[in-house]
Amino acid sequence: MEPKIDWPRNDYSRVPFWLHHDEALYELEMERIFRGPAWSYLCLEAEIPHPGDFRTTWIGDTPVVVSRNKDGVIHAFVNRCSHRGAMIVRELRGNAERHVCLYHRWCYSGAGELTGLPFRKGLRGEGGMPADFDMRAESPRKLAVASVHGVLFGTFSPEHAEPIESYLGEFGTGIVKRFMSRPIRILGYSRQRIAGNWKLYAENLRDTYHASLLHEFFVTYGVDRATQKGGVKMDARHRHNMNHAYAATDTQEEAKAAYSDTAARLDRMQLRDTKLLQFKNEFADGMNLAAPTFFPNALLIQINNSLATRQIRPKGVAAHEVFQTVFGYVDDDEAMTRHRLISANLVGPAGFVSMEDGEAIEVVQKATRSAGDACAIVEMGGRGAVRDLAHRVTETPIRGFWSYWAELMGAEPPNAIR
Amino acid sequence: MKIPTQVREALGDLMAEYALSIDENRLEDWVELFDERCDYKVVTRENVEQSLPNVLMWCDNKNMLRDRVQSYRHVNLYNPHYDRHVLGLLHFIEEKDSVWRFDVPYSLFQTELEGASRLFSVGRYRVEALVEGGAARLKSVTVIADTGLVPSLLATPV
Repeated sequence: MEPKIDWPRNDYSRVPFWLHHDEALYELEMERIFRGPAWSYLCLEAEIPHPGDFRTTWIGDTPVVVSRNKDGVIHAFVNRCSHRGAMIVRELRGNAERHVCLYHRWCYSGAGELTGLPFRKGLRGEGGMPADFDMRAESPRKLAVASVHGVLFGTFSPEHAEPIESYLGEFGTGIVKRFMSRPIRILGYSRQRIAGNWKLYAENLRDTYHASLLHEFFVTYGVDRATQKGGVKMDARHRHNMNHAYAATDTQEEAKAAYSDTAARLDRMQLRDTKLLQFKNEFADGMNLAAPTFFPNALLIQINNSLATRQIRPKGVAAHEVFQTVFGYVDDDEAMTRHRLISANLVGPAGFVSMEDGEAIEVVQKATRSAGDACAIVEMGGRGAVRDLAHRVTETPIRGFWSYWAELMGAEPPNAIR
Repeated sequence: MKIPTQVREALGDLMAEYALSIDENRLEDWVELFDERCDYKVVTRENVEQSLPNVLMWCDNKNMLRDRVQSYRHVNLYNPHYDRHVLGLLHFIEEKDSVWRFDVPYSLFQTELEGASRLFSVGRYRVEALVEGGAARLKSVTVIADTGLVPSLLATPV
């Protein structure tokens, strides 16, 4: 099936709302993007540090096991028994030499190879599998896995995927290294289920325009304002992007002039306890906000000293889970860990600067179901070619997202920009 | 463990007011149930069972609680809804210097403006409260949510 999308413009400055509501399109996304040549974020190496460690994750809506074998090599395979389709690993995480399906006890190695099944040769010469049953050929589908400074990516279609370095680009590998410059320590997880299509979250991450408007906390308490020095960077194919800002690069007067609606509040509102706004600069580049986003399902996020990865897990056409893994560094002292956890008040499902996203996405999903052929307007920051910008009054990276999405989906408009 | 009737009543009343003040959107009154030196934390069972310290929300003194409420009133935007807490019985663990430690199971339902209700969170509170002269104040509340998958977003306190 080739999706038929009537793009009003070739630069994705108009995006039909029905793309967030169509079941058939959703199934095609699972096939062509998540089980296609894209590299998806799996988890972090630090979560499976020892031989035999495993954890379960999701690529699109496919359940996946990621495990480290006794030689330290990391494998990923579809978490579905070859026999009758049961989920093989039902725990979130653990350590095991082999995985046994509960249903008929089919047995898999840590690498996901089918290694045995009960009564294969029958009992007393009766029953059993045909002699030519080839266990190796019936193993669950495997993913190719790549570790980029300890961040694990996987693809179902390595024969069609680019090498991970060129997929992420210089920008991508460089920024992952920045976050993973020292050994990390996992501080924990948070999960949020948003009743909206997964692409609305992907758009949100590429929409730097909304950050200081929807999240008024940012502006009111001066964590991040469009008046700060910053911008958006993308890879050459404009599928990944990074919204970023540098700490303390604007003045209260500039901010007041820019945010006239909230200006009064800038003077009036103070936090009684400001420690959750403290930024202890720990990066050479001085950025206090960095949110590199990787097509299709991941981002790394730094807001002050709160650090995390987020994974988008599509749950049907009208819902997704945002799975967040919060981390610090192994060499953090107790005070720094405490500071990171206090900073975590800013992010996550209850975050002062992130709770609004859930609501914004849900009200878009609610209101656009009946939108017919109507389109979203994506023109802030300009039309035409997509390029990096040294400001953040833009939603241009959203157009970059759609251009790559349309390419993988086989649904580009004539003379499409890329 | 033998609990004096007066203590049982004071702490029962405290938790009833805790739930009602949130359900009636009297968040300022909710803050006043806490001692000046207090701790309020929302964590998930998934993290607790792995001994992982991550928090969904953490106020380590009363001013941070006041800041949360001020932010809800004037800064943050979230889903318009009604809260309804249903609390279970207090399970006492220990007492030290008139500070009582106990668990309370909770369910928290949310109802949206058009009337649809959903179970928003279920779990337990681990509470430490000071009882003095028949009155009780919260020293520490740790919300340990079984519901690790937060529906939509978490704004108003649990």
